[in-house]
Amino acid sequence: MRMWFVCRFCCPAAQSNSNPEWEAKVLEYFKGQLREKESHSWVPSLNDVPLHYLKPNSLVKFRCLVQDMFDPEFYMGVYETVDPSTKANVLRCGKYKDVTECGVDLNSRNTVTAERQTFYCVPIPGESPWAKEISFLSAARVVPSTSYVPSRQKRSYEEDDDDMDTQPQKQREPHTEPHGNGDSKRQETEAPSSQTTAPSDCSSHLDLNFPLPGERGPACLVKVYEGLDSFKLNDTLEIYGILSVNPVLTVLGEEKDPSLLLLNPTESMETPEEQRAHDPPASLVPRLHMLYARPLQHNNPLLPSAPTEDQSAFVSSFLVEMASVRAELLAYLTHVLLGDGLAAEYLLLHLISNVYTRRDVLPLGKFTLNLSGCPLNSYTERLYQIVQQLVPCSYRLSMSLHTMNSMRLVPKKDYVANRLVSGALQLARNTSLFLDETQLEQGQLDSSGVRNITALGNLISWQKVDYDFSYHQMEFPCNINVLVTSEGRSLLPSDCQVPLQPQVTPPNMEEYLTTIHMAQFTSQINKFRVYLSLARTLDYSISDEVTKAVEDDFVDMRKDDPQSVTAEDLHRMLVVARLLSLSLGQTTLSRDGWMRAKHIDMLRRSRTEQQKSLNGNEP
Amino acid sequence: MSSPTSTPGRRKRNRDDIPATPKSTRRRGQDSSNGDLRAMPTSPATDIASPAVHDTSLFSSPRRSVLPSEVDMSSPLMYGTPSSRVEARQRPDLGSIRKAPQVDLHSEPPSADGAVASEQALGQKLVIWGTDVNVGTCKEKFQRFLQRFIDPTSNEDENAGLDLNEPLYMQKLEEISVVGEPVLNVNCSHVQSFDADLYRQLISYPQEVIPTFDMAVNELFFERFPDSILEHQIQVRPYNALKTRNMRSLNPEDIDQMITISGMVIRTSQLIPEMQEAFFQCQVCAFSTCVEVDRGRIAEPAVCRNCNTTHSLALIHNRSAFSDKQMIKVQESPDDMPAGQTPHTTIVYAHNDLVDKVQPGDRINITGIYRAVPMRENPRQSNVKSVYKTHIDVIHFRKTDEKRLHGLDEDSDQKLFTEERVQILKELASKPDVYDRLSSALAPSIYEHEDIKKGILLQLFGGTRKDFSQTGRGNFRAEVNILLCGDPGTSKSQLLQYVFNLVPRGQYTSGKGSSAVGLTAYVMKDPETKQLVLQTGALVLSDNGICCIDEFDKMSDSTRSVLHEVMEQQTLSIAKAGIICQLNARTSVLAAANPVESQWNPKKTTIENIQLPHTLLSRFDLIFLMLDPQDEAYDRRLAHHLVALYYQSEEQIEEEFLDMAVLKDYIAYARTYINPRLNEEASQALIEAYVDMRKIGSGRGMVSAYPRQLESLIRLAEAHAKVRFSDKVETIDVEEAKRLHREALKQSATDPRTGFVDISIITTGMSATARKRKEEVAQALKKMIQSKGKTPAMKYQQLFDDLRGQSEAAITKDMFEEALRALADEDYLTVTGKTVRLL
Repeated sequence: MRMWFVCRFCCPAAQSNSNPEWEAKVLEYFKGQLREKESHSWVPSLNDVPLHYLKPNSLVKFRCLVQDMFDPEFYMGVYETVDPSTKANVLRCGKYKDVTECGVDLNSRNTVTAERQTFYCVPIPGESPWAKEISFLSAARVVPSTSYVPSRQKRSYEEDDDDMDTQPQKQREPHTEPHGNGDSKRQETEAPSSQTTAPSDCSSHLDLNFPLPGERGPACLVKVYEGLDSFKLNDTLEIYGILSVNPVLTVLGEEKDPSLLLLNPTESMETPEEQRAHDPPASLVPRLHMLYARPLQHNNPLLPSAPTEDQSAFVSSFLVEMASVRAELLAYLTHVLLGDGLAAEYLLLHLISNVYTRRDVLPLGKFTLNLSGCPLNSYTERLYQIVQQLVPCSYRLSMSLHTMNSMRLVPKKDYVANRLVSGALQLARNTSLFLDETQLEQGQLDSSGVRNITALGNLISWQKVDYDFSYHQMEFPCNINVLVTSEGRSLLPSDCQVPLQPQVTPPNMEEYLTTIHMAQFTSQINKFRVYLSLARTLDYSISDEVTKAVEDDFVDMRKDDPQSVTAEDLHRMLVVARLLSLSLGQTTLSRDGWMRAKHIDMLRRSRTEQQKSLNGNEP
Repeated sequence: MSSPTSTPGRRKRNRDDIPATPKSTRRRGQDSSNGDLRAMPTSPATDIASPAVHDTSLFSSPRRSVLPSEVDMSSPLMYGTPSSRVEARQRPDLGSIRKAPQVDLHSEPPSADGAVASEQALGQKLVIWGTDVNVGTCKEKFQRFLQRFIDPTSNEDENAGLDLNEPLYMQKLEEISVVGEPVLNVNCSHVQSFDADLYRQLISYPQEVIPTFDMAVNELFFERFPDSILEHQIQVRPYNALKTRNMRSLNPEDIDQMITISGMVIRTSQLIPEMQEAFFQCQVCAFSTCVEVDRGRIAEPAVCRNCNTTHSLALIHNRSAFSDKQMIKVQESPDDMPAGQTPHTTIVYAHNDLVDKVQPGDRINITGIYRAVPMRENPRQSNVKSVYKTHIDVIHFRKTDEKRLHGLDEDSDQKLFTEERVQILKELASKPDVYDRLSSALAPSIYEHEDIKKGILLQLFGGTRKDFSQTGRGNFRAEVNILLCGDPGTSKSQLLQYVFNLVPRGQYTSGKGSSAVGLTAYVMKDPETKQLVLQTGALVLSDNGICCIDEFDKMSDSTRSVLHEVMEQQTLSIAKAGIICQLNARTSVLAAANPVESQWNPKKTTIENIQLPHTLLSRFDLIFLMLDPQDEAYDRRLAHHLVALYYQSEEQIEEEFLDMAVLKDYIAYARTYINPRLNEEASQALIEAYVDMRKIGSGRGMVSAYPRQLESLIRLAEAHAKVRFSDKVETIDVEEAKRLHREALKQSATDPRTGFVDISIITTGMSATARKRKEEVAQALKKMIQSKGKTPAMKYQQLFDDLRGQSEAAITKDMFEEALRALADEDYLTVTGKTVRLL
């Protein structure tokens, strides 16, 4: 409340002096305020609160992905205008604003030109419903601070208020009902937001350029003033900024006098497509003037997001629990994978994998899993739904011939509209990409299909996507967990293939999986969610002693049969060992950990070999 | 300083106007100022009229002008009054659309105007309002520059054929008088080295200084060549402003300054006719008047000054003056941008004869004036968007890849190295172990394979380009081609990826996914213009770079065959859809191939293992095998290396290895500046090496080296000299080339049956022993047939069985057939179906 107040007045304060010092002070003030405990939760979030409930020119936050970066623009940092009441010349500040007030004296020598850049931001693609819902609930507390409170939201605030402040991860504990109930609640709160999207339906020509099909939520044009170089495409950010939805923006955009086109060069620069992409109506794509942005390590609302003291406290408290949570999660996954404990172990390792560094072109830490031998008939779909319940970001790409041939996976620059047309592979870091190869049937891939498959292969092998800039390609590194489900071995490369060996064959698969899912309490699921996100962020090292042991081991293994273990196998085993240790909450590799890693890899390999001999024609 | 003078003199669109002498120019200027059809502009103009300004009062710039104050006001060189600065032709690129000072960068104290008036008495010299440019001095300086500037070290292609010891620009003026193209391109770095102050003025106030330059040139030109007839007056087009920036670093301070940026054209608009002067005629009395278009708007005269009728003037379109204009969108070149961001684009306006000079896809350097225009003010709206639109008015285009289709383009590639950088590189080069250092810095994540890395390092540097076209042999290939073959999973692809990421013009393709068309070039019909467009493929795109081809063995034969030309002649010939041309493809090829049987079979030769045509194989300078060595010490080192990879922190990694950026610069520097030549000893050593190689084989009745191998040796030796930053190829270079060549040979051209190095495996696809064996079998067969007496026809199968029974060595069917074929070649017998007939 206090901050919101300040924000409304900080700009007029600048009128008196054009000293840039105040700008730094303003930023300092906001950063300081936001650092204060809990304060960031007072700010309404554009992700959750429908746009028309938010007051223009107020401070809002937005959790988003930088989808495109537009060209820098020059604006009037300070301009001179005539005050209509006093008739005196006044200097005004143009920072954090889209539109000037009153008539501007363009010839004034006091005009200061400054530079800013616009980012086109979209909500994090593939954000799981549960992540949205929880962050909405925690944000609901803020709504009473504005006068635009819909009664329904007030109720949800009262309902969840007591247990949320202290233990966000436990907030669902009182409700022991199965998860399905949460959905109905979400729909209720979503009702007003569907109103905001209504205008977008009537002006459906406006493509909001979301990476994934079927996404919704506000896209936003974020004006960035500071630290332009520190932002990168596909960064996930939590942006705090001033909301600008001035209807004038729309009017200025729409109003076009064709007769003036010939004479005025500035108007003819832009094609209508470009106009539409860069100046969409503010009611649909609000403008956000960034005060401060925080890069997000993860978008799991159950975890403290900033690396502060309370996070380390949170981590250390959770580490104690880690082993037990792991056991529970493993049991759960084993059930899901039809009683296959080894596959469950690998799936768990896959879910916490993360590209933690790159050595020249080699991404380290990636762990693409190929689950082969999946039962057909919607099993994979169900499996995805379960994965989706566990990770904050995910997307299932059904690799049918049609989608492979028609879908745009790789983002492409559209030079006519001057924007980057998004593709399904433009994902935030640590998104789980679920490739369902069981959907693939025999047939002809056309050239775009081949390109898509190549792009997926590149993504898996090098963790990079080559964006198509028409005249050249540009490489963007990414960090995406790819899980491939297939019948036989996948046609895509993978780090590790596990043939599924079902121990149970339930007559009705759907029912079976639903029952397993229902049997989990929400509190339990929440624990899993925290576990998976947390294990990924832990540090890891190998002591010299263990290094030596691993080396000896490798030499020994090669001595027996040099063909059996290659450098590639060692690569994989080191990754498995790393993930295995982390999954147990151990931050160093122990001898024991290494032996375990070797052991499960051996089991897996014997299983693949077995599979190979079983149906010898497999490539 | 964004308060430009608007030159009030009238500008006419008159391309066909031929000014005879500079005198006439001046007279014209005076005419126009006397024929006062228009009111003088308001405040700026009054300032021009009394432009004696003491510069320090106006400018916060720390540079105080050192212009001599004894300039005589009455001197004919004095061009302080604006009316005389009129050009006889229009330069919309300099902003004939007059601009009011909207964008003020340095907030000047509002008292400046007062100061001007009060200090008028103090300053004796005249400067253009808002600048510190004194027209007379400026002109004088530029004329001096034109008359005196000599650049003996120039190697620019523009100056080809000029005498470097004579004043450069005077020769160019002479050229203009001959050719009649009235454009003088001036390299700004020349101006800078001649007169730094003039250069600063040019950069800061191009809108004022360039017309002054024009004037100076024309005066000089018509003095010297009074009889020449030009289409219009000479225009000065400066280029290569040293304040060259990439697009990303443009900021508000650059507005209205001259800049040079590089980028790629992504879109060009249609031609836009832009009105320069509106012609109005009174409907009542037919009195006509002209109004200059001001910032895109025409101030329509409300009253006819002749008959005083109001609102009687009508615009006559076909008597108004228009100029050509084109909007071009330029995107920053991929090399300039930081990783992880999207490229910026800038709008560029080309005027008059610069229209249609560039096409989408061209890489160009643009010199122009950076402009910012506020969004159109709407009289009905009090609120306006507080954003400016920026663009560049182009003065000069220079295509950087213009020469790629013919001849060298070394200079356009020139990367600017700072002094310190060069120092670092030279320091590195002087270290005795630089070769080992660099090779270990290459792909540090890939373990060992030292010789292969060394080979690739030499490939990155390349040999010296030699031109024998005068003796009829054309260009010699300077690029080194390398083939890696070996077991799957020996990080071949990773090595390729690394190289692809390292070199600026690298292309990465996979044999499986590429077609001949994709590699070479194809003709496409542009859907809009219906024009045939040549689209270049990977090989042409990697001209002067490295083309990495993965899964070389999976490539179809037809695709591979296009490589023949590229890998030796370094050109690509295309004849399709009415386009016949030869493109340069001076690319090094780095290919990786898997063995046919997926695992390398040590009992077979290279050819047999990878099944590539030997014609292609012989074009590779080095063929390396990447095999699993399978010994304990190696395993241990490998394990250590890999484990370290997984736990070392970033900093440790940095310490251990050379920075990739340094390596990049090192290679770029060496490729650009170092052109080693063979010295006497080295040539001798090469000859010896070659003779030795041939000797090895001749002892056993086979040839182990061909001239192609000698060429390879020379290239490798040159590349090694480049690594040392040495201008001479010395014996040590030859030694290393020999060693590497031998290593590669040992690995790939060893005859598995004898264990000897045998180059003929690569050149003919068959080892000498195999050839000998074939002959023996044929002889044995012949003998056997002869021993059978006079049987004119024999059964094929029986003959085969007989031969097998007779011979002590196992004879396969293949060998038997080969023997038959050999005998058939001798016209001894013929084979028809299942019978063999003697002749």
